[in-house]
Amino acid sequence: MSPIQIIFILVSAITLGSALMVVTTRNMVRAALWLVLSLFGIAIHFVLLEVGFFAVAQVIIYIGAIAILMIFAIMLTRRIAQDPGPQTNSTWPIAAILALGIFGLIVFLVQGWEKAAIQPSPFPAGYDPLRELGVALVSANQYLIPFEIASILLLAALIGAIIIAWDKK
Amino acid sequence: MADPVTFIAKWLEGYLAGLGLSSGWISVIQAALGVVVLGSAVLLVDIFLVWVERKVVARFQDRLGPNRLGPFGLFQPIADVIKLLLKEDITPQGADKFVYNLAPILALATVIILWAVIPLSVTVVGSTINVGALYIVAVGAIGTLGIIMAGWASNNKFALLGAFRMVAQMISYEVPMVIAILIPVILAKSMSLADIVQSQTVWYIVLAPIAAIVFLIGAQAELGRAPFDLSEAESEIVAGFHIEYTGMKFGLFYAGELLHALTFGGLFATFFLGGWRGWGAETYPILGIGYFFIKAMVMYWVIMWIKYSFPRVRIDQMLSFCWKFLTPLILTVLSITAILDKVMTGLPYWIYVLVMLLSNLVILYFVIQAVGRYARKERQKVAEPEKIRVAFPVKSSTSTSQAS
Amino acid sequence: MVPLSWYLIFAAALFSIGLYGVLSRKNAVAILMGVELMLNAVNVNLLAFWRYLTFDKMAGQVFAVIVFAVAASEVAVGLALVISVYRRRQSIVADEINLLKY
Repeated sequence: MSPIQIIFILVSAITLGSALMVVTTRNMVRAALWLVLSLFGIAIHFVLLEVGFFAVAQVIIYIGAIAILMIFAIMLTRRIAQDPGPQTNSTWPIAAILALGIFGLIVFLVQGWEKAAIQPSPFPAGYDPLRELGVALVSANQYLIPFEIASILLLAALIGAIIIAWDKK
Repeated sequence: MADPVTFIAKWLEGYLAGLGLSSGWISVIQAALGVVVLGSAVLLVDIFLVWVERKVVARFQDRLGPNRLGPFGLFQPIADVIKLLLKEDITPQGADKFVYNLAPILALATVIILWAVIPLSVTVVGSTINVGALYIVAVGAIGTLGIIMAGWASNNKFALLGAFRMVAQMISYEVPMVIAILIPVILAKSMSLADIVQSQTVWYIVLAPIAAIVFLIGAQAELGRAPFDLSEAESEIVAGFHIEYTGMKFGLFYAGELLHALTFGGLFATFFLGGWRGWGAETYPILGIGYFFIKAMVMYWVIMWIKYSFPRVRIDQMLSFCWKFLTPLILTVLSITAILDKVMTGLPYWIYVLVMLLSNLVILYFVIQAVGRYARKERQKVAEPEKIRVAFPVKSSTSTSQAS
Repeated sequence: MVPLSWYLIFAAALFSIGLYGVLSRKNAVAILMGVELMLNAVNVNLLAFWRYLTFDKMAGQVFAVIVFAVAASEVAVGLALVISVYRRRQSIVADEINLLKY
């Protein structure tokens, strides 16, 4: 086994384990902290995929913004966060069966696919994916319009969040 | 022997290859060793920083500072460490033990891993990732998380209040600071810190003085140092997020804070003062390390100078200063820099530098005018207060209670 | 390097865990956390496919960028809704916020 494979298995185990803790632990703040660990594991996966930009963006956006926002929300709704009772609803066995079923189905499909075992070819010399991404996001015949729409979506979400959470008193 | 670090790395590579290891394992071992060496070196500097900080504070306050233990009191930090290690380790009742113990480690670790991307010299770079500038922002985000963990896990009102204040401040000041970092990125046309240093034939503080100032203010706020030390305002919330920590756990927060200040000094040097660049640093990389640390120390001293000269600002002043003044200002500078950079492609470099400097000075002039006008208005308001309405109308006492 | 199927199976497992979280949790913030896990699984898939199959085209990366934007706006609005609901109903248990059913 190569070092990369060992790192992959370790990181995957940590990510999936903490993801399991996110959906099962009763203490909500702890769940948020497990979520941070899980998201960080995914950032390491991005590093392994040689997309360093996404790894860093993952940490900035998910850990720096989303996780902190969630911790704030949990603390603002603290009476619920300290609820000692069960944190799952009555249909959780069905949910578990459904999730396992989907997982099994995807594994079955991946196993039967002829391209599943391919290895990545190294980037050609002088090829910088980050530069290519930057150019693609702002050239009019590539992805300029989706990019602009995404920015409008963010603006709308910003204004919407302020208006919804505004305490009008 | 001009470049001992590369020499040792080459020798190690040859030695490990002699043992029959594959190249993948060699690079893993080399990376791990590099992490250990750099981390330990930074922590050693950190111990020394305790002495520097205490000595400089003493000078600012017209005292002598530590001067008993060793020459110039140089062994004082060792005594401090021993004292911290011997103190009783207290965990408050109702604290979330695991998170409580993890927070100080995170606080120090996030500072140390910043050094992974800072180029110490032309050959001595932890990692030359092409998104180094963003990496710094990302690590800062994890630092925020460490503070909120400390505040929440301590099960203490003051700790939680301090953590909330600190997080609000860090998230707010991250915005102007990140945009200020973007300006050297535009000038160097690369996000890698090594490239940013390489391209600074003229220091970027000349090309982008406003960005440098804004970065310094943002750093001050990110560090939680005065005038932005609301998170540990002793008179209001005792000590902020680390109120419950004792012994070495507190020591980790303290060490993290000091090292963070030096790290921001180093980042300022990297972005605006040419990093390791200096006379002979290209041919003798070992000199580059010296230049880098001199610049970092000077900026560390500036950060301390500000800290010990200014009084604390109020929280609403702190937030409106960030959102209503710094962010619009730096956004303006960013767009003007980007446009000028695009317009001036192909012109000789000295014109480029001159135009950038002039544009910054013009913006600075208008900003100072605007701030001066605002300050005059505020002073007038204070000097001629509005006429106070009659506090007790003759009618009845119930109307006043309703009005409130 | 690892084969592509490892990434796909990892992403599938993450997606399933997130799905379980969305379907089984009571707390609205916890449901949002499950959604985040699912979005991340999708992102891992997008970038793995981009790296292994079509790294000369930018579609995979652009999709991942847009997933980031959608995730950020979803959390911002979602948490604003949670806080707003909490203020009015003193509860963020998803089963109790069911007035629209009737």
